[in-house]
Amino acid sequence: MELRPRVGIVGAALVAIGVSVHAQNATLAKPVTPAPGSAPAGKVDNGGVLYKKIGCYQCHANEAQGGLSGPRIGPSLVPYARFSQYIRNPTGEMPPYTTKVLSNQEIADIYAWVNARPKPPAVDTLPQLAR
Amino acid sequence: MATPLERRRFLKTGALAGAALVGTPAVAAAQTAAPPAAPVAGQAPPPLTHAVESAPPADVQVLGDNERAGSDYMMDVFKSLGFEYFFANPGSSFRGLHESLINYGGNKAPEFITCCHEESSVAMAHGYFKAEGKPAAIMAHGTVGLQHASMAIYNAWCDRVPVYVILGNHADAAIRRGAEWYHGVQDAAAMVRDYTKWDDFPWSLTHFGESAVRAYQVAMTPPMAPVVLVLDGGLQEHPISKDERLPVPRLTTPAPPAGERGAVDEAAQMLVAAENPVLVADRLARTPNGMTLLIELAELLQAGVIDEGSRMNFPSRHPLNQTQRARAAAADADVIVGLESADFWGTVNAVRDQLHRSTRRLAKANAKLITISTGDLYIRANYQDFRRLQDVDLAIAADAEATLPALIDAVRRLVTGDRQRVFQERGARLAQASRAAAEANRIAATYAWDSTPVSVARLCAEVWAQIRNDDWSLVSSYYSNDQTNWPRRLWNFDKRYQWLGHAGGGGIGYGAPASVGAALANKKHGRLSVAIQTDGDMMYAPGVLWTAAHYQVPLLSVMNNNRQYHQEAMHVQKMCNARNRGIDRGEIGSRLTEPNIDYAKLAQSMGIYAEGPIANPNDLAPALARAIAVARKGEPALVDVVTQVR
Repeated sequence: MELRPRVGIVGAALVAIGVSVHAQNATLAKPVTPAPGSAPAGKVDNGGVLYKKIGCYQCHANEAQGGLSGPRIGPSLVPYARFSQYIRNPTGEMPPYTTKVLSNQEIADIYAWVNARPKPPAVDTLPQLAR
Repeated sequence: MATPLERRRFLKTGALAGAALVGTPAVAAAQTAAPPAAPVAGQAPPPLTHAVESAPPADVQVLGDNERAGSDYMMDVFKSLGFEYFFANPGSSFRGLHESLINYGGNKAPEFITCCHEESSVAMAHGYFKAEGKPAAIMAHGTVGLQHASMAIYNAWCDRVPVYVILGNHADAAIRRGAEWYHGVQDAAAMVRDYTKWDDFPWSLTHFGESAVRAYQVAMTPPMAPVVLVLDGGLQEHPISKDERLPVPRLTTPAPPAGERGAVDEAAQMLVAAENPVLVADRLARTPNGMTLLIELAELLQAGVIDEGSRMNFPSRHPLNQTQRARAAAADADVIVGLESADFWGTVNAVRDQLHRSTRRLAKANAKLITISTGDLYIRANYQDFRRLQDVDLAIAADAEATLPALIDAVRRLVTGDRQRVFQERGARLAQASRAAAEANRIAATYAWDSTPVSVARLCAEVWAQIRNDDWSLVSSYYSNDQTNWPRRLWNFDKRYQWLGHAGGGGIGYGAPASVGAALANKKHGRLSVAIQTDGDMMYAPGVLWTAAHYQVPLLSVMNNNRQYHQEAMHVQKMCNARNRGIDRGEIGSRLTEPNIDYAKLAQSMGIYAEGPIANPNDLAPALARAIAVARKGEPALVDVVTQVR
């Protein structure tokens, strides 16, 4: 049995990764391309395993596209520095991941994986989304 | 008030039933002085004695030509109230009423709908009301049945839905038979009194008639809520004379309370003077007219509207609908009006759920706050459905829908040409913002479009593509879309029955039965009912699938099967992180895997057309097409879709 949280204007209070918008509006944020050389090398495959294993997908959805309590974080949305900083010290609802439970290299791996998510098809090519 | 004659009849027929039910001749034969005389219709039966108790029935006991059952009169009253359905799992404590329903009443208006769990009975009545706008009744044992039903009653109470609860109970321990035996209750309704609006335990048929009608009136007067009527087994089963006059009281549903004129005028002044007023509607639209009135007020003011979603308050694609940018709209507002907002504090404030919780105001510090709500007329102490007290500038204790006509008139009187020009400019800005939010939603849905399992956005887009030209009704998407809410982001909702809100109390196990109840209501209107059904909710009481099949309820259930109690996993993950340990163990206890549940087989076992599990999004459209064809022909169908988390 679980209790349903309030679904109000701000019931979901969804702020993560520095994108200070409601998750439903997360895609309104302009994509930020990471500066070349700013992110440490990350292992995409391990990042995918970690993304699932440590619960990132629970809020940001399976493909980092944004979900119930977290905005879209990939592909190519947030610079690495902001990404890693927010994971350590979130200012919104996201739970913190300290160095005790998640290494810097593991953050780099996750970052590599979320940035490797495929780009979506153009919206106007999808008849299911026709207005 | 029971007449003396009626009261005497109740007492003496109680003795008669005792004589009939406890005869065990071998045990007490020595005590038997003489067999009792056979009761004669219209004459007093002998008093309850050992002799009477131990004697065999002297004859075959059936209703006399001049008699009828007490529960026949009960059915007269229930029919007068216009019930279409009685949802029930059959129970001996209301067997008299059950028989009257199917024989005396002809099993029509009301019709007995067999449910496999009392919680399902109540949730079906809950969903039925949302679609039909009038209450259904449920029947249950006063003891075990009510305990099963209680969570769903709490949901209905929180959601301000009038479910009419009928409980069977034998108050007289001397005449309890096998099944009731020692399972009686002195005050059956006590266990749900904290979350029902009124209850009664009638002692006579006259008392019953008045209480049955009163219960309906109480339930339907805003704030609406469930009511409980406990029907004594003896009162149901005892014969009464056909000559006895038992009138059926006339039902008069009271007009709901509207706001005081001075307060309404003050609200109108604030709204007309505002630069960015926002109307926040939650349980506003009690009737189809509620949405019509809100459209009229919003267009008159060119004010933004946020639909918090407990009812279908405002068309999803109306240019003034700001629900998809709700936070921004509220933050910009200088006047915010809560219309039957269940949690107005949560509308203008937020809690940050970290190890040390904190709160902050989201609305501007100087924003004027107005509430129009029956919440100010009704509050209970123990089981609560209120949040923190929000100080406001004007609180109108009244039904918001009933108050809107006066508010519209007051606003219309105050609007000048200058203000109209301001309003039009504001409306244009809001329309642009609404279009931008809608476009952002379309683009957001494209992410993970081709991934496996299926994204919830893709699932909802595929369903919409196939039903958009039908007369459809989303009967439930409980816990599928409450917050990400893909249907509201992508579909065009503009009719009252297209969106039926949620459970109210947060109790899981609502979605599946509420869907069937609402779809049953939609059936006679020829609507295509669609449910986006979560796996965790379905597993509470899957027997409702049998009910859907048995009564040929046209309903497309699309399983949003993410194989876990997803929200709980997020809560536990938050705890793991806050405690800085075991961050890879947050799913333990919330998974529904090993084995995976095959919902198609589950549905098929109960006679429902079903396909799945489907994990490849490209397989979804053809499966939906086949299932929708079944539903359009008047049968339930289910498609099990393995999904990503919400």
